[in-house]
Amino acid sequence: MATHTPRAGAGSAGLAAKHRRQALRTLAFMSPWLIGFGVFFAYPLVSTVYFSFMKYDGFGVPEFRGLGNWSYVFNDYPMFWPALRNTLWLVLVMVSCRVVFGLGVGLLITRIRTGTGVFRTLFYLPYLAPPVAATLAFVFLLNPGTGPVNSVLDGLGLPTPGWFTDATWSKPALTMLALWGVGDLMVIFMAALLDVPREQYEAAELDGASAWQRFRFVTLPNISPIVMFAVVTGVIQTMQYYTQPLVAGKVASGVIGGSGQQFEPGYPDKSTLTLPQLVYNLGFQRFDYGSACVVALVLFALSMVFTAFLMRRRGGLIQAGD
Amino acid sequence: MPGISRKALLTVASVALLATACTGQADTGATDDPDAETTITFWHGWSAPSEVEAIKANIGRFEKKHPNIKVKVVGNINDDKLNQALRAGGSNGPDVVSSFTTSNVGKFCSSGAFADLGPFIEKSKLDLDKIIPKPMLEYTQFEGTRCAMPLLGDAYGLYYNKDAFAAAGIDAPPRTWSEFAKVAEKLTEPKGDSYERLGFMPNYHGYETVVDHYMSQWDHAYFGRDGKSTVASDPAFAEMFRYQKKLVDDLGGFAKLEKYRNTFGDEWGAKHPFHTGQVAMQLDGEWRLGMAQDAGVKFEIGTAPMPVADDEADEYGKGFLSGTIMGIAPQSKKQNAAWELVKYMTTDTEAVVAFSNAIHNVPSTFEALKSPDLKADPGFRTFLDIAQHPESNTPPASVNGSTYQQTLQDFGYQYESGKAKDLKEGLARTAAQIDRDIEQAK
Repeated sequence: MATHTPRAGAGSAGLAAKHRRQALRTLAFMSPWLIGFGVFFAYPLVSTVYFSFMKYDGFGVPEFRGLGNWSYVFNDYPMFWPALRNTLWLVLVMVSCRVVFGLGVGLLITRIRTGTGVFRTLFYLPYLAPPVAATLAFVFLLNPGTGPVNSVLDGLGLPTPGWFTDATWSKPALTMLALWGVGDLMVIFMAALLDVPREQYEAAELDGASAWQRFRFVTLPNISPIVMFAVVTGVIQTMQYYTQPLVAGKVASGVIGGSGQQFEPGYPDKSTLTLPQLVYNLGFQRFDYGSACVVALVLFALSMVFTAFLMRRRGGLIQAGD
Repeated sequence: MPGISRKALLTVASVALLATACTGQADTGATDDPDAETTITFWHGWSAPSEVEAIKANIGRFEKKHPNIKVKVVGNINDDKLNQALRAGGSNGPDVVSSFTTSNVGKFCSSGAFADLGPFIEKSKLDLDKIIPKPMLEYTQFEGTRCAMPLLGDAYGLYYNKDAFAAAGIDAPPRTWSEFAKVAEKLTEPKGDSYERLGFMPNYHGYETVVDHYMSQWDHAYFGRDGKSTVASDPAFAEMFRYQKKLVDDLGGFAKLEKYRNTFGDEWGAKHPFHTGQVAMQLDGEWRLGMAQDAGVKFEIGTAPMPVADDEADEYGKGFLSGTIMGIAPQSKKQNAAWELVKYMTTDTEAVVAFSNAIHNVPSTFEALKSPDLKADPGFRTFLDIAQHPESNTPPASVNGSTYQQTLQDFGYQYESGKAKDLKEGLARTAAQIDRDIEQAK
């Protein structure tokens, strides 16, 4: 035994060294992700939580403010609740419309037999338009005074909405803009639809399934992971919705200002305010980093809630077994 | 699926990163030798080719006077870019900065975003009271800290279409608000459910017809001695809101006016409604004269001070003032050289006059205002007089910049459109909001 002990000791030391080397190798392979996670996720998140309790203007030394920023944002900041309502409206309505419309266009495109390439290109092209240019074009088209859309509606004897100048119509107008640029969803839905096995449709037809039943019981189950992908990415994109409402509000209000001028977002009547606009407005225009961090954390929490809701096992968009 | 979850987290984290990006500390100590060979960077907001050319010419004159200092000029900088650069500091940041947003001076001075110029002014033995008109001196400091100097000014007055006046039998611009309402109605020519020509666009989105520009023509105070908002307790505010609302109603109502407003061209373009004759009167800054002439308007342009409240007729001639401000970046390591440029551009008579002549702004020094080299036709002279009127005014600087004006403006939108009906209650709520926002910023 006495001769075995040192051997056993040497063996366990060698094993430990091997484990250490293995752990280090694993860590080395993981390091790009770990560094990225630390720099782009952990540090900003911890800092955001920290600054949400501080008074900080970006120049001086942060001072502890307790729950002051939270109280200000939730109770006294007049733009927060309208922005939250607008963001939720856009998440529910705009994302739903985009998914349904994208799927509809995808279905249509897969059924077209002639000129397929032309139609695919035509439907995809608007997605490539820069957001600012596309928004400017829509504000022009929907101008209630001089825009061609209202001229046509007027000519047909139909009501002429105020679109981007009317708080009731501004978000539907933004939704129309989003539907116009639905090319990204159309492409992924088209790919998913073409991937559905033909024999399943043939079997359903032999069983006497109607067009709706074929869609409901064959198409939809097959493409449900893609629908979920479209919904989740749509929700995330809408949570970050900034450029289009800001540009639309700014141009439609007429108050463009000279170079060097700041613009308070939300025209008309705070109806185009979104939470990301508040983060920018508070942090970079009002120098109130603390309150900006509170809004950023609300965005974070909302994203988590929506994602968890959509990805839940029962009743969510993930099928059991996926 | 976890991949998507991580993506969501990373997406929001990037927003968080945006909100937390911050470095840099204020540093007003200047140790550089202003006589040494050096290059400083100057950021400004002008972008029109003629304005950029004017800046270049001014910098050329400065470099001739100070051959050891070279200036790198960066134009088209707005306040958002400026704020971020001032926070970040670094060797590529600006040494000399300027902003068009006079109302942000309180924020710039109190946060230390702009360096305190007091020690530089003292060292140069400048008696600013003898150099710069009082309103301009006031809007470039906050609670005793002078962090900016005025670089030309803007004075606001009334532009009117003399041909339309003559056709309507009106021989002089209105001097009081009640005269103004009558003139605006007389000049208005309806056409169906719109207008052939509108006497005046009173809506707050009618370009320069914002609350604080209207308010300048009433004796008023935004804050009391205790620093609390007085928009609910000072009767001038309620009077102005009621007057504007009546003007909106009398000229056709909010909805009709908004519809007509949507046919207007860009404020800064040739199709401005005053240029095209869509409106016969316009409240605007002194720059409109040059812009209207450049646009080749087909009528004779008249200029006058804006009307005043009926019971303040003796103050006729006053107007709203603002202007470009110029300062030094606190992180600059060349603050003494930077001060030489600030001092030259804001106090040297030749520089101020030449720049004023080039960009049609109001000179910001007494000497420049009376300089024989100042090109001032009768139309422009109106604005020079407004700038020097003792009752001309601008909203006071606040620790949170123009936020209080925006809050009041937001109530204005509600009131003019009829969504807010109780003026007293609305102003009380607005005053409370202003106080709360300031408390949050302190």
